[in-house]
Amino acid sequence: MLGKTAGGLYWMFRFLERSENTARLIEAGSRIALTRSTDTISDWRSVVSTAGVRSGYDAIYENYTAEHVVDFLLRDPKNPSSVMNGIENARTNARMVRTALTTEVWEAVNENWMAMKDALKRPVRDTELPSVLGEIRRHSALVRGALHGTMLRNDIYDFAQIGTALERADNTARIIDVKYYTLLPSASFVGSQLDNVQWETILRSVSAHRSFRWLGEGEMTSSGIAAFLILDTRFPRSLYFASRIIEENLGYLAKDYGTRKTSHDMIDAQLSKLRAHNIETIFDEGLHQFIVTFIRSNNAIGAQIEQDYRFNG
Amino acid sequence: METRFDPFDEMLLPQSGVRAPYSAYQQWFSNEDPSRLGKKAKEAEAFFRRTGITFNVYGQAAAQERLIPFDLVPRIISNREWTKLSRGIEQRVRAINMFLHDIYNRQEILRAGIVPVNLIANNAAFLPQMMGFSPPGNVYTHIVGTDIVRTGEDDFFVLEDNARTPSGVSYMLENRETMLQMFPELFSQNKVKPVSDYPKNLKRSLAACAPRNCSDKCTVAILTPGIHNSAYFEHSFLADQMGVELVEGHDLRVVDGHIAMRTTQGYKVIDVLYRRVDDDYLDPLNFKPESMLGVPGIMDVYRAGNITIANAPGTGIADDKALYSYMPEIVEFYTGEQAILKNVTTYRCSEADTLKYVLENLAELVVKEVHGSGGYGMLVGPAASKKEIAVFAEKLKANPANYIAQPTLSLSTVPIFVKKGLSPRHVDLRPFVLVSPEGIDITPGGLTRVALKNGSLVVNSSQGGGTKDTWVLED
Repeated sequence: MLGKTAGGLYWMFRFLERSENTARLIEAGSRIALTRSTDTISDWRSVVSTAGVRSGYDAIYENYTAEHVVDFLLRDPKNPSSVMNGIENARTNARMVRTALTTEVWEAVNENWMAMKDALKRPVRDTELPSVLGEIRRHSALVRGALHGTMLRNDIYDFAQIGTALERADNTARIIDVKYYTLLPSASFVGSQLDNVQWETILRSVSAHRSFRWLGEGEMTSSGIAAFLILDTRFPRSLYFASRIIEENLGYLAKDYGTRKTSHDMIDAQLSKLRAHNIETIFDEGLHQFIVTFIRSNNAIGAQIEQDYRFNG
Repeated sequence: METRFDPFDEMLLPQSGVRAPYSAYQQWFSNEDPSRLGKKAKEAEAFFRRTGITFNVYGQAAAQERLIPFDLVPRIISNREWTKLSRGIEQRVRAINMFLHDIYNRQEILRAGIVPVNLIANNAAFLPQMMGFSPPGNVYTHIVGTDIVRTGEDDFFVLEDNARTPSGVSYMLENRETMLQMFPELFSQNKVKPVSDYPKNLKRSLAACAPRNCSDKCTVAILTPGIHNSAYFEHSFLADQMGVELVEGHDLRVVDGHIAMRTTQGYKVIDVLYRRVDDDYLDPLNFKPESMLGVPGIMDVYRAGNITIANAPGTGIADDKALYSYMPEIVEFYTGEQAILKNVTTYRCSEADTLKYVLENLAELVVKEVHGSGGYGMLVGPAASKKEIAVFAEKLKANPANYIAQPTLSLSTVPIFVKKGLSPRHVDLRPFVLVSPEGIDITPGGLTRVALKNGSLVVNSSQGGGTKDTWVLED
């Protein structure tokens, strides 16, 4: 496979994952705004921070209103992480790697783009927002379904999976990073209304509010939520689970190509570190520090994969 | 000069009824409900959009992707007509390859005084870098898309030879796929020669031109300028169908005297490069130094015999519209036979007397740039306003050698489907020809382009043309 093609696949799936994550952040943000009677400015501000686009937003808008934040995150061409930019970039990469995709995957990506171009050509009114967000989710599911159902399990699939998992790990880690103070045991007033709302928002941002309740292991506590997001072996968006997916698919590549690369050692180290901790030792080390280190390590793995597999040269 | 009135319709007879190749189709059509066909036409458009069969139009925003409109009435050619046509194309393509080899080597045709020396020597499309070099198998034009127009029952003309990098073959293939899906019953009622082997044949034909004997292990790749190129869809479509890599300049480099592509496991040597990048952009070391689309040093690898470039650099000279006017003599010079296919009368504006005639008759003529393509920069006299003609006359006088003129041909028509039923529109035909040392292979049919505007003679997709499926019948 061409190095460029591997890179195109990796980025195509990173962008798809990113647009879906941004849509989920908007959903969680609107929800919290609806359930709060008082000031929502700080909630919308934290949504923008979580999406990692605070400086871009501040350059255009002076305050944080639902209307502006939603528009910036959904459609703004100047926001590199906007849903529309993600879908557009994913499709551009898909066109570039068209020969590596089945017709089903390509058509799902192309239809996603056509539908969103249409749905997002003008600002979305708040009455339409739920249906637009629903459509974004449905289209991502179609692409993923086509990928799983029709693609060969070869290096092409591995790079697609790696891109998805890296982006996912980064997204979950950033959500924890922005909200870490609400997860600290010292700062929590157990059972207080404020914490419940904050925690609910965090869980919704990673589509985990339902799974977390179903697992039903004890009450909703800050350490329970933190453990779930970081270390759970069943939750597909936990840092541990996403890292396992990266390790697994890098492993297939090593077997397929007959060589181990630097990125293999790096993902092994990242996983060993996650395995060596439980939530208490993470709090002891400092949650914030732990997450910042994780984000850095995850990014470094991504950059190393680009080099190991010659995405650019 | 051909008359502009009462064009020849390939389906409908002047009074009533249809010509023989269309009889089965006509019967089917008359039993169809027009509203069902209207629905089918919409379905076809949705299908093209979903699969991304689009092209980019230069001069519009990069994000603009347009569909080439597809008409659901097929253009039907009888086996007898096709046999004659394909013999004529084969003869012409063979002559062009011999001509190219000649002008880049011994230049017999110049010595014989059949083609003037300055037409070659001062031609921007002539590449001195190709002098004294023979490409593998002596094949220059691996892929040709000869443009054919028709004016009567037996009157076929070659309009352009397109020996450089003809495009459109993906539409030929997708149009057939679409027809098969929409109207399967038509293909049991008519015996239509298949076109679907084209990608397989293209790969085999290219592999047969490899620089060394690599049998079935030969690595073929397609070189594209990238996703913003107007024909990018076709490049990726062909790579996908052939099962070969689609590369860009920055994927390639010279490794140990060969051209190699960067893969996830290191550099891999390419034997045959089907390039869809123009000569000028192919090699920044040998041609345009600012080109980002090519591969530095590829010409040196090529001249060392370590890669096949298809089509060969320098074939563009055969597309020169002034040279075109010598094509009947060229065919005769190399094959010893009369040209089977006619040439359109061509006035070379570089000659003073001719220029005078052309200027006096601009309103009746079609004037083209000698290196033009895609319908850009041309004047269609009968369709132009007085002012447009006056402006064009100035351009012509300023640089006469840059232009040729031709009479306005009364192109044949084939009906298209409109709300009220069938309505005739002008068409041309681009059959696709593959050349290798094993022989010349012409896919039966080709791409029919149709001017969708009533009365218009311009069929180019960049200028509002559409396409039709093209059938060659078995008997």
